[in-house]
Amino acid sequence: MSLITRWIQLVRGQSRWTVISIPYLWMLLFFAVPFLIVLKISFAHKVVAIPPYTDLLEFVDQAVVMKLNLTNYFQLWADDKYWSAYLNSIQIAAVSTFLCLLIGYPMAYVIARLPSTTRNIALMAVILPSWISFLIRIYAWMGILQTNGLLNKFLLGIGLIDTPLRIMNTPTAAYIGIVYAYLPFMILPLYSNLVKLDFRLLEAAYDLGARPWKAFLTITLPLSRRGIVAGCMLVMIPAVGEYVIPELLGGPSTRMIGRQLANEFFVAGDWPMASAVAIVMLLLLMIPILIFNRMQAKELEGRLA
Amino acid sequence: MSPMQKVGWFGKSMLGLGYAFLYLPIVILVLFSFNASRISTVWSGFSFKWYVALFNDESMLKAAWVSLKVAFTSATVSVILATLAAMVLTRFRPFRGKTMFAALITAPLVMPEVVTALSLLLMFTTVFGMFGVEAKGMLSIFLAHVTFTMAFVTVVLSSRLAELDKSLEEAAMDLGANRVKVFFVITLPIIMPALVSGWLLAFTLSLDDVVIASFVSGPSATTLPMKIFSTVRLGPNPKINALASLLVMLVAQAAVVGWYIMHRQERRRLRDIQLALKEG
Repeated sequence: MSLITRWIQLVRGQSRWTVISIPYLWMLLFFAVPFLIVLKISFAHKVVAIPPYTDLLEFVDQAVVMKLNLTNYFQLWADDKYWSAYLNSIQIAAVSTFLCLLIGYPMAYVIARLPSTTRNIALMAVILPSWISFLIRIYAWMGILQTNGLLNKFLLGIGLIDTPLRIMNTPTAAYIGIVYAYLPFMILPLYSNLVKLDFRLLEAAYDLGARPWKAFLTITLPLSRRGIVAGCMLVMIPAVGEYVIPELLGGPSTRMIGRQLANEFFVAGDWPMASAVAIVMLLLLMIPILIFNRMQAKELEGRLA
Repeated sequence: MSPMQKVGWFGKSMLGLGYAFLYLPIVILVLFSFNASRISTVWSGFSFKWYVALFNDESMLKAAWVSLKVAFTSATVSVILATLAAMVLTRFRPFRGKTMFAALITAPLVMPEVVTALSLLLMFTTVFGMFGVEAKGMLSIFLAHVTFTMAFVTVVLSSRLAELDKSLEEAAMDLGANRVKVFFVITLPIIMPALVSGWLLAFTLSLDDVVIASFVSGPSATTLPMKIFSTVRLGPNPKINALASLLVMLVAQAAVVGWYIMHRQERRRLRDIQLALKEG
């Protein structure tokens, strides 16, 4: 009993530290420690006899006495299958990001120019689809992209093609899915940047005789650089690790690293290899993540100042 | 109106095409949920039969129930923890490890889902194994969802708290209220709308998650997205069309209600301002 009262007294005296420690401990326990476990297991050997669902205790104890073992990383380096998965992921993510920018920039630009009454509705209309389950929005494309699906029927109907295109289960379908799912993430930061644009600068450019395109290229585009970077990061980072879209739309021919990781884990049962794949994926994403974090910190500073 | 306020035909058609791209797949999905045919792309008459089939699917209903339970509990815990975290980030004096704290809290935002999922799974198997608790089920999904939704809610709450006028809290403290009292009497009521939207955000993120749930859950607990994922992997399925349409209609209704409430609040605010100006 006295122990509890003493504990309460301690907590009351230290309310500041209690408030800090609760979320801190949670994140240490459920984010930092799991990550360290992945790091540790990535240096472990695969134990052949271990089925996917046995407990890991002896495994970890082994890892404690084991020296640093780089076999998994050497294998990652040597095996083309991992190389191609990493490169494919980066390529698919980069191209999708570019397509999102191509579609999203004009949309954000126009929305930012709308009168303020319609502007909010137009913006809402961009956000609204992302309230619908991600999985369902991806699934919606399956019926459209199939070989006997609606897109092919439409294209055949208007006489643009003679034979149905094979889109489903190809990387093209993955591109469509990623662009579709991540488009709002591109539009929102672009919009919030473009809406703050100082029109006087554009007016000055027009007064000095610039044509609309010239004014756009020399004034609006450079000034919206931060919005472009933020949008690209928000699309690119999750797209590299995307698992659901390539699995549902891309099919076996779309080899992205997220699928490779899941395969390594669930199909091959090779936990150390899956961990190594995860660690290398993070290293790869470190640069964009750091850029993004720095920008967010600056943004926050700007807002607080 | 200045010349650059005008939007040309190019801009307008780009916007129109963009909206068509965003909405057409969903409209088609809903239309075909009333299709009598089993084949998802051939229209053969209007029918409700896939809705009937959906409501007779025990496993689907069970998965929906698991999803709702997990989303409700994890959103609630996530908002409580995120409130503490946001207070620490915006209201507390700097302390040793504050940078680390901020980094740790927001890290799940940029971590790829598969990596978060893998690390949580490996941790659950390791730690739960030590205590002989069944590692994968509702509890593990709940813990995982609290962890990854907390980052999002913390960002929402932090930006709200950063905008909040500190002088109200300081005035209360000058009048003799302690920190805890100030929080419950002043801060909490003001950030209530942000708490509600944070809770809704966490709730929908949890309802939506398939990757993390599939990793950390075993055969004992299946959430609705996991069920949908495993079903549609084999190809389009009319029952899923029916389910998807129900969810779409639910979202549309929530959007209309939300818009109406916001609209009414805005009108009331404008009226208050006008009244205040008249009295002044």
